[in-house]
Amino acid sequence: MFPAIELKAVNKRFGAVHANKDVNLTVERGTIHGIVGENGAGKSTLMSILYGFYEADSGEIRVNGKPISIATPNDAISAGIGMVHQHFMLVEPLSVVENVMLGAEGGFTLRAGEAKVRAELARLAQDYGLEIDLDATVGELSVGLQQRVEILKALYRGADILILDEPTAVLTPAEADALFELLRALKAQGKTIILITHKLREIMAVTDRVSVMRRGEMVASLETKDTSPPELAEQMVGRRVLLHVEKSAREPGAPLLEVEGLSVIDNRGVLRVANASLTVHAGEIVGIAGVAGNGQSELLETLAGMRQQVLGKIRFEGRDIRFEEHNPHAMRKLGVLHVPEDRLRMGLVPAFPAFESAVLGFTDDPRLGPGPLLDHGRMIADLSAKMEAYDVRPPAPRLKSSKFSGGNQQKIVLAREIERNPKVLLVGQPTRGVDIGAIEFIHRRLIALRDAGVGILLVSVELEEIMNLSDRILTMCGGQITGERKAHETDEQDLGLLMAGVTERAA
Amino acid sequence: MDVSVFGGLFDSSLRLSIPLLAACLAGLWSERSGVVDIGLEGKMLVAAFAAAAAAHASGSAWVGLLAGTGAAVAFALIHGFASISQRGNQIVSGVAINMLAVGLTAIVGNAWYGQGGRTPPLEGAARFDEIFLGHSAPVFLTLLAVPVTWFVLGKTRFGLRLRAVGENPAAVDTAGISVTGLRYAAVIICGVLCGLAGTYLSVGQSAGFLPNMTAGKGFIALAALIFAKWRAWPALFTCFLFGVLDAVAIRLQGVSLPGIGEVPVQAIQALPYLLTVILLAGVIGKAIPPRASGSPYVKER
Repeated sequence: MFPAIELKAVNKRFGAVHANKDVNLTVERGTIHGIVGENGAGKSTLMSILYGFYEADSGEIRVNGKPISIATPNDAISAGIGMVHQHFMLVEPLSVVENVMLGAEGGFTLRAGEAKVRAELARLAQDYGLEIDLDATVGELSVGLQQRVEILKALYRGADILILDEPTAVLTPAEADALFELLRALKAQGKTIILITHKLREIMAVTDRVSVMRRGEMVASLETKDTSPPELAEQMVGRRVLLHVEKSAREPGAPLLEVEGLSVIDNRGVLRVANASLTVHAGEIVGIAGVAGNGQSELLETLAGMRQQVLGKIRFEGRDIRFEEHNPHAMRKLGVLHVPEDRLRMGLVPAFPAFESAVLGFTDDPRLGPGPLLDHGRMIADLSAKMEAYDVRPPAPRLKSSKFSGGNQQKIVLAREIERNPKVLLVGQPTRGVDIGAIEFIHRRLIALRDAGVGILLVSVELEEIMNLSDRILTMCGGQITGERKAHETDEQDLGLLMAGVTERAA
Repeated sequence: MDVSVFGGLFDSSLRLSIPLLAACLAGLWSERSGVVDIGLEGKMLVAAFAAAAAAHASGSAWVGLLAGTGAAVAFALIHGFASISQRGNQIVSGVAINMLAVGLTAIVGNAWYGQGGRTPPLEGAARFDEIFLGHSAPVFLTLLAVPVTWFVLGKTRFGLRLRAVGENPAAVDTAGISVTGLRYAAVIICGVLCGLAGTYLSVGQSAGFLPNMTAGKGFIALAALIFAKWRAWPALFTCFLFGVLDAVAIRLQGVSLPGIGEVPVQAIQALPYLLTVILLAGVIGKAIPPRASGSPYVKER
């Protein structure tokens, strides 16, 4: 029997970037095949070629043994390839039915096709347990259900080969487990699945084989049962990496940042944080676990002074923060520094050279130049030193901020905040879109900071990161803090339940 | 006041609302596909000029409609080329089209007819006749465009795709449908409706072209579009409301109101604009435009 997909010597260049170099890949029929690699390793490009989003410069694609050319998504669809994109390709104001029909309407008017879609979706719901309200507006569905719509779209179009790009990035652990169950069920029905992810745990849990990409090349293809996360990580990065950063036990010091009954409303009037209370002590990392969009971001931004609470108190070093000083500038003066979640939107200015991004928020520092003037020479020298200490590559302070990779941008932001000697550091998603190698560095740095007595409040949607770094873990769901655990007294399942809103009393 | 006054008011309101409605529907098609079009005004103006010139030359109002539509579609394609193929800024392109239209119609009109930019007055078959209840064919064509727009957008394959491309073009692209093709189709429909609007102005409502005779109707149509939240039936009601205001404003000129005295003409003429501002500022609630409108589609890597 022919393999479902064979790629031979596929090449793709974007200008000077060689995104895919002579890539070979064989995916056997009826298997779940994982593809791992760091950001920019070329996974998404390769899958976009397979789905007809880009055309390869050279190389051969065979589907079920037949060489075919895939120039548009239509070619891919008719070859039986379906794709679930990381950023869903859904039209939010339209209903589930309309989204599934789009591009496969089955006639000039919608009426005839709609009956067929409903019947087919009812069958899929029965076969795979993919139930969904067909008339719901997609934009009002939860992320997990939106993903289900994406999968239904692909299956409705008759996909035999399903590509999923980072499908669990937005799911709770329970939703992710449900997705894996579904993937296994699809596999049992003879479907072939390609799973792109950077989470090695998922590769180990669900795949049959795994291929590793590094800098545009396919460096390894292994049986999942014969490999291990450390081996995969080494293949991805090209050197040995520590997946778990060691940290010593440490008694927390005095309370630094205390929050009592905090409620926050966003500018649309929606309650984002509801009656949250927490304390961050000196020399302690407090992790906030939760699925994206459950109020963690708003909590962090409020503590950084970027939003005002409607109710509740914030105390710093035992003193109430008054309304007038609850702004980013004053909070920074007090020693509450902030590494924002979205470095491209809030952390730096992508169009600025790095040395300008590296002083944002501190431009009134007299060390940067006399009076209103900024001394570029001094700024550049200052950033050069930091770049060396933080191993930023390339160490080029004049380079545009947007030209650095995600990990290096993050290091520039971290260096800016950490080198200002924070008392409390608020960190949002420190390793989102960051390579494994840089993750290790950033984690070490945060732990060193904690050991030096800084209180750290860490928000991350990566549960592994929270569990690795935190001394204490709070979970958030729907704006409420649903639980608190000591890091060494909990596990993923326990936290997953709390993140899903199963509170202690109900459990 | 007797019945005939109301009847007359209704008729003149309808007449005044027709160019607005056609332009508003034109903008609806364009913007639902994700192409913002502030060049409605310019397209109406070139259509009005081309229609009057062609009607004058041929002596047929229908030839005028064909020419007006052709001119507006040509300008719509310029906008399409700039904003769809070249991924340019849609506002800049629209402004350019408005300026080009004002200048071009005046210069060409003067060169051809030497009457300060006017076309010679149209008579007989060169104007649209009243065919039913005192209204001419473009009125009914425009009114017919309302249910057609509603049906095609809401109930057909083409409409579903067009709505989707205005909200999330990437979703359409991954579904294997051409984003460019859909947006060009929308822009051409927009041109046709602008052509109808402009032709009615110069060959239906008036008897010839006057420089800048659209007088901001294209912009009022955009306001009406927002007010109607980019939907066909509400567009009809909104445009009719603006038509009523216009008609009332005309009737109130020189009339002495009890308790107020004679209202200055300018104040009356400002009424529709004032109402637009007030309505848009708060009465209608939040109007959410198609999400992708205004942004060219670029495949992400």
